[in-house]
Amino acid sequence: MSASVSAASVRISIAYQNWHRFSRNPTALIGAAIVTIVVLAALLAPWIAPHPDHVGAIVNFRVRHQPPSAQYWFGTDNVGRDIFSRVLFGYRISLLLAAVVLGFAVPVGATLGLLAGYFGGWMEILIMRLTDVALAIPPLVMALAVTAVLTPNLLHAMFAIAALWWTWHTRLIFSITRTLRHQEFVEAARTLGASRFHILFRELLPNCASAILVKVSLDFGFVILIGAALSYLGLGVQPPTPDLGTMVANGADFLPDRWWESLLPGAAILFVALGFNLLGDGLRDLYDVESVR
Amino acid sequence: MEFFYFLIRRVFWSLLVLFGLSIVIFVIARVMPGDPARMAMGPRASQEQVADLKAKMGLDKPILAQYGQFAVGLLHGDLGLSFLTKRPVNHDIAETFAATFELVLATILVAFVVGVPLGVVAAANKDGWVDNLVRFFAILGAATPSFLLALLLQVLAGYVLHALPTTGRVSPDSPFTADITGLLTLDTLLRGNLGGLWDALRHLLLPTLALSAATIGQIARITRSSMIDVSTQDYIEAVRAFGVPDRVRMFKYMLRPAFVPPMTIMGLEFASLLGNAFVVELVFSWPGMASYGVRSILQKDLNAVMGVVMISGVFFVVINLMIDVLVGFIDPRVRIRGARA
Repeated sequence: MSASVSAASVRISIAYQNWHRFSRNPTALIGAAIVTIVVLAALLAPWIAPHPDHVGAIVNFRVRHQPPSAQYWFGTDNVGRDIFSRVLFGYRISLLLAAVVLGFAVPVGATLGLLAGYFGGWMEILIMRLTDVALAIPPLVMALAVTAVLTPNLLHAMFAIAALWWTWHTRLIFSITRTLRHQEFVEAARTLGASRFHILFRELLPNCASAILVKVSLDFGFVILIGAALSYLGLGVQPPTPDLGTMVANGADFLPDRWWESLLPGAAILFVALGFNLLGDGLRDLYDVESVR
Repeated sequence: MEFFYFLIRRVFWSLLVLFGLSIVIFVIARVMPGDPARMAMGPRASQEQVADLKAKMGLDKPILAQYGQFAVGLLHGDLGLSFLTKRPVNHDIAETFAATFELVLATILVAFVVGVPLGVVAAANKDGWVDNLVRFFAILGAATPSFLLALLLQVLAGYVLHALPTTGRVSPDSPFTADITGLLTLDTLLRGNLGGLWDALRHLLLPTLALSAATIGQIARITRSSMIDVSTQDYIEAVRAFGVPDRVRMFKYMLRPAFVPPMTIMGLEFASLLGNAFVVELVFSWPGMASYGVRSILQKDLNAVMGVVMISGVFFVVINLMIDVLVGFIDPRVRIRGARA
């Protein structure tokens, strides 16, 4: 009884220590604040957007190309839609894209990294050479090629990015696992007759958790940027679905006079990417995992 | 001698990567679309025409035979015909590659020339305000979409200040051509044409800035952390104990080994740099591989797209091989261990 109580209190005190250090890390705090704002904005978009109906393919030529004002915070676009409302809904697409890509890439990448790092031998050669091949293709170029073959849309963009993204997680987990596989706690588990599954996922994986957390936070920013670049080139999410990259591309036709139509959605992409980067950077300090980029 | 074996091994693995790459591209180009011949001919072509093209492309043979044919073509540098320009894809890419190469080379140069000193200064003032400033700009650089920065630079330098050209590689009325190496800056210099060089540099500046922002930050951060790592090594303590001046210790004994991680990182990051180059090229109408690639995609010109992907991969592999050799020269330990850190 007392053992379980003390284990629980140790856990609580570690959580408290982490929070204590986190709350004194300005980088992480600002990052977390930005991420919270963006996630809330995306979730609550239908209720907080001033003009939720402007998400679709409506036209309102009377108010086209309006500069930012109290009524239209980010101005209006070339068919008179409120850019601020569209940015809020655009965040939904960006976050969904990153969540789906990482939801695939992290489990797949981590599992392959664990296998390669723990077993070594031909398993390592096979998996790590496969990642070498995947690393040689720029993710954006791969996405271009895939959308050239299939039709450009959100699903194919997700597929194209995820098809290469696991490599970074494989490399990361591989390098950690390789240094851990001969440590005493792994030997002990093996001696006690633990299954391979147990050793991989219950002994080794928890030791990679902080590195994965940092990497995922940074990755959210990078995947959002790639998705934006893809739709900037016209190969991602298709209109009229509001997408930040598409909005920048369409607005760029009206530079420099109607700057708000491209630069403000662009700034919105910068804002969310900056949030995830600051958060990841702060977490990296917190967990002292310098090697994660 | 160890270095020779190391090199042989690296070349072997590079070839293996290229083989893997060819399979990936084959799968994307020939297997995923279902019917590449139909795709090439468009929806209005008749059954007979499609069947005819299928036979011509060898698509009626078994899949392994198709791959064999594809791979033999690749080995001969044959990437097929572009449906759009009706010319061999390798000719089209050869024409556009030099422009991309020049832009990427300039970016790497700027990233090292700016990034490494920033990293050294940050490491020397660890946790000071300079360090924090460098860190902030590194994060900002990584978070800025390259197309946004490109657009901003275009508006600022081109429309507001009227200081720099915002599109293309040369002025429209310029008689200069890149006829020796394909690199405009180098060719104008070789011909002793300073006016042409000036014109080329002015065109190169903005795209390079837009592309290098993220890389500068990365290089600075890696240089910083590797300088700090090196500074805790015993031999640096020994150098200090011998009374070697700080400056000499820093530049002679620390910077050289600290230079290795930024270089290997540059190699890995090269793929994403190339990807960003696609976007930046488009904004500045840079006549490179990206403009060609994106145009081909919009026209569903499959051979051209796959050629661009293949050349991007080859470019990546070659750059990484070069970096490994360079790292071997800088850091003798790599030659002996035979692998990079």
